[in-house]
Amino acid sequence: MSFPPNNSSPLNPVSEGRRDPLIQARGLTKVYKSKSGPVYALNGLDIAVPQGTVKALLGPNGAGKTTAVKVLTTLIKPDAGTAVIDRFDVLQRPKDVRRIIGVSGQYSAVDENLTGIENLRMVGRLYHLPAPAARRRAAELIEQFDLADAGNRPVKGYSGGMRRRLDLAGALVNEPRVLFLDEPTTGLDPRSRLALWDVIKSLVAAGTTLLLTTQYLEEADQLADSVAVIDGGKVIAEGTSDQLKAMIGGHRVAVALVEGFDAGVARDVLARYGSGEVQTASDGRSLEVAVTEGPSALQHVLADLAAAGIELHDAGIRRPTLDDVFLKLTGHMAEAGQEKADAGSAQ
Amino acid sequence: MTAAAGALDLAPTEGSAIGRWASDGWTVTKRNLIKIRRSPDMLAFAVLQPIMFVLLFSQVYGGSIQVQGTDYTQYLMAGIFAQTVVFGSTFSGSAMAQDLKEGIIDRFRTLPMSPSAVLVGRTNSDLVLNTISVTIMMATGLLVGWRVNTSFASFLAGVGLLLLFSYAFSWVMALLGMSVRSPEAINNASFIILFPITFISNAFVQSSTLPEPLRIFAEWNPVSALVQAVRQLFGNLGSAPVPDTWPMQHAIATVLIGSAALLLVFVPLAVRKFEAVSSR
Repeated sequence: MSFPPNNSSPLNPVSEGRRDPLIQARGLTKVYKSKSGPVYALNGLDIAVPQGTVKALLGPNGAGKTTAVKVLTTLIKPDAGTAVIDRFDVLQRPKDVRRIIGVSGQYSAVDENLTGIENLRMVGRLYHLPAPAARRRAAELIEQFDLADAGNRPVKGYSGGMRRRLDLAGALVNEPRVLFLDEPTTGLDPRSRLALWDVIKSLVAAGTTLLLTTQYLEEADQLADSVAVIDGGKVIAEGTSDQLKAMIGGHRVAVALVEGFDAGVARDVLARYGSGEVQTASDGRSLEVAVTEGPSALQHVLADLAAAGIELHDAGIRRPTLDDVFLKLTGHMAEAGQEKADAGSAQ
Repeated sequence: MTAAAGALDLAPTEGSAIGRWASDGWTVTKRNLIKIRRSPDMLAFAVLQPIMFVLLFSQVYGGSIQVQGTDYTQYLMAGIFAQTVVFGSTFSGSAMAQDLKEGIIDRFRTLPMSPSAVLVGRTNSDLVLNTISVTIMMATGLLVGWRVNTSFASFLAGVGLLLLFSYAFSWVMALLGMSVRSPEAINNASFIILFPITFISNAFVQSSTLPEPLRIFAEWNPVSALVQAVRQLFGNLGSAPVPDTWPMQHAIATVLIGSAALLLVFVPLAVRKFEAVSSR
């Protein structure tokens, strides 16, 4: 798959056919007062998530991700703008919205003193399931989320990964049509993160419409059909992760040499077909250059290297990572501002 | 309305709004009671503190404080009961703050449940805790010689007033808990406020023995009215003259009107606060 480079930002939303979006937000604005003046946690945020698709809101802490989720899940009221979940306006019909959504937040909203099963049964009862149905649903979810062994133990003794899984299970008690996951894997170890990704992927495969927030670029890349990069409470770019990567300029040709002493010749070859400066990694044998036309540049490079008798470990076209995208779009790294709560940065 | 048809029928129960409200309230109450049962420290506090108070006050001050027409143990008990239930109701505040901090309020607020149910569940379970405390204090009181000198109906009415007032007061504390948001701050604040209002009263001494400004405060203090009403209903009043203020002259009416007023004002305020509150 290859997309033409597109230098205009933001990109157009991905075309998704004719179905109405299940999540639709227009011009969401939320202002908090602070000593240094008003802080816009949301500043005219627009989001549309078509049925059965996954949208990632990607941004650093303080970009407004959590505030956006809170508005869409009826937890806080926006100062301006509208949000509709499957025809129901979050301000006019919050109770109808709550019936069809599931929410799992950044901080596991489970009761420490209850067991896993008790937590899920309580949620089931509060969705007004009859007691036997709530009990069966709890048992089913505990099994599905690999918590069967711990199901009858108080949550106090659960690991971080287990809590997240239980919290996610809690969000699924009513088989929601629309699921919101706010930084679902923040703070998890890599193994738990991968496990949770698998769970999320299978939910999505079953047709759940998902809005996900994350500050992990890889997570957006892995899970989302479409990514909205947000900063300062608004969307600054939107598209598939491929489109976003294409946006910061074509491809990069990368080669790994067998022998370091070939680097000089290889550098000349890459410079001949590249559109930028050749970068050499610290090992002295991995070289990379930006190119305008990926495949043909690679062919030329390989032919010239072969003619010069240079042996290669590896060669290929690499697309820029989402990290590159973020840096290009916002001028700061995605990981910046860690210490800030998600109440809106002033940038 | 469910998307993928699972193995289960996840249709909500049929039922009236009232039925659902009661069911939601009960579900949350049950959750809080399980929590109390699983926190031995909390339960020990609720059980041991009242025993300690009854024994300490009756044994330490019993010999030195004189009350006309009765002995100090008889006089004291209503004061200890009132003080304990008033302190007990502050738990509603710190627990709401704690739930908010832990994010479980966010979970509740995204469920299609009745918005007052969490508060109803909270205040209900504190009512249960207070009932346990009162029962234990009474048993301890009986051991050190306290007696009810009126009818059983009158005794029940006294217990009812104690619980009614504490229930109403726990709504005030719940609102405070959601506003302050810090369980520690709530605990500190409640000590700073509740020690004066329970001690500058007739709970432990006759208000006539207090210096002038404190005496006036004590004789208008709603806690004094509660203590006075309970003493009256238990027949522990002795023969001292009743202070000449309206709340003390009409103690039972004061408690009833006061509790009703607290509920009328603070139930709607607390529910409205709950509907707007969210973690962080």
